[in-house]
Amino acid sequence: MIRPHPEPTPLTEPFWQEARARRLAIQHCSSCRQYQFYPRIHCIHCGAQSLEWEVVSGRGTIYSYTVSMRAPTPAFSVPYIVAIVELDEGPRMLSNVVDCEPAEITVGSLVQVDFLALDSEISLPVFRLA
Amino acid sequence: MDHRLSGQYAIAGVAESDLGVVGPGRTELSLQVQAALRAIADAGLTVKDVDGIFVQPGPFERMPGLLLAEYLGIQARVNDTTMVGGCSNLQHIEHAIAAIEAGLCEVALIAYGSTQRSAGTRQIGGVSEDPRSPRGQFEIPYGLLSPIGSYALATTRYRYLYGLEDTDLGWLAVATREWANLNPVAYRHDDPLTMSEYLASPWISWPLRRDDICLVTDGGGAIVLTRIERARDCAKKPVLVLGIASRSNAHYWVPGLDDILTTGARVTGPEAMSMAGVSHQDIDLLEIYDAFTTMPLLAVENLGFCERGQGRYFFHNGRTGPRGEMPMNTSGGGLSYCHPGMFGVFLVVEAVRQLRGECDSRQVKGVQVALCHAFGGVLSAESTVLLGKE
Repeated sequence: MIRPHPEPTPLTEPFWQEARARRLAIQHCSSCRQYQFYPRIHCIHCGAQSLEWEVVSGRGTIYSYTVSMRAPTPAFSVPYIVAIVELDEGPRMLSNVVDCEPAEITVGSLVQVDFLALDSEISLPVFRLA
Repeated sequence: MDHRLSGQYAIAGVAESDLGVVGPGRTELSLQVQAALRAIADAGLTVKDVDGIFVQPGPFERMPGLLLAEYLGIQARVNDTTMVGGCSNLQHIEHAIAAIEAGLCEVALIAYGSTQRSAGTRQIGGVSEDPRSPRGQFEIPYGLLSPIGSYALATTRYRYLYGLEDTDLGWLAVATREWANLNPVAYRHDDPLTMSEYLASPWISWPLRRDDICLVTDGGGAIVLTRIERARDCAKKPVLVLGIASRSNAHYWVPGLDDILTTGARVTGPEAMSMAGVSHQDIDLLEIYDAFTTMPLLAVENLGFCERGQGRYFFHNGRTGPRGEMPMNTSGGGLSYCHPGMFGVFLVVEAVRQLRGECDSRQVKGVQVALCHAFGGVLSAESTVLLGKE
């Protein structure tokens, strides 16, 4: 059974296109030079509509996490880890930490992006302990 | 809200509908109406006195304010269905005061009802989202239980920074159940909870256990609010709205928070207390939304009842329970009394009854000022209301 499937929009298509190539891309504002996640029409820092896609390191730190013992659909096998990852570039994103025992992870753990191919269109960014 | 409005508005009537499991023949509307008619009767008013409707939509309602007005036979001059999660009914108090102050209506009916238990509509994963929406693309695919997982994320961060131990939240769950055992309509009435039972309850989304998480019940509630002058002519002694403040926190989901442990209460608490002209030591009773034990933990810190990182000790040794010095969630709370999806209205119902002295065996002696604090969404919106006697 497949996970709940994201549907790219014209705005977010570059994110998913880069993910298919196993690269993590987030928006960077060419006006105030800050990054943001998730993708938007405008920069939430300065309001400018001058956002460019930038491939980032894919490195990050665990801001917080939870070990889910129940799942919203049978596509998830429990237990699984859902985490807020703070990217080295600043923004935070929600993700899973995969191939990781709950005892191995803590707030502050260093992680590296990886990609979980759901199908030919969607490769979902997930993280592994670095 | 403008400090000059402190004490100028009063709650004249409150009520619950039937609670718990109401059965398949009942609808959200029927619970709203039952609670509304009881609250109007509690105030000694009639349906025809109501000219402002403020209703928090249930999960399946599109235009619930129009439906409720039609059903009650009211020509409502104001019809407000603001939906910012579980604090909506508290924000409705603020909106109702603003509406009456502006001459839009005179008697406001604030209502909520849900049949989520009997209808089986509550899912552990949360409500479905458009897969093109921000959450649909960037949260839902990761299987975060909603809202449980979001509060679990806050709890883990707190554990890491401040060394939260399992028993810290256990004290709160146990004390809240003690209150429920004094409330005949509480879902967990006659069902004591010990610390060892709490600690043995299963993890749902670590570090939250089943007994950290609210009930899933049916239920409705209603409030009647009007000017103090009009409230004095009602059946019961008026309960004054001394102070009120609300915020939405500029985020919808928790990764958007700058600091997952800093909530809107840091602003709404001081604003509401300043409007009321009271300080922390004047507050005799706390009614704090407890869909998860994490919520009172964060609220007591952000409202300024203790320093950051000290909230974990706030509940120790039954301090918030029936024999404690800081009574909290005296109805039994969302954890043990009822939780029909949204709990805001029930905080106010209980605080009003405590201030009137109507609570029998769970009555807190000498309550002069009560503080209600509610969250909406996942730490996304908040309201603080200070209530007191005339």
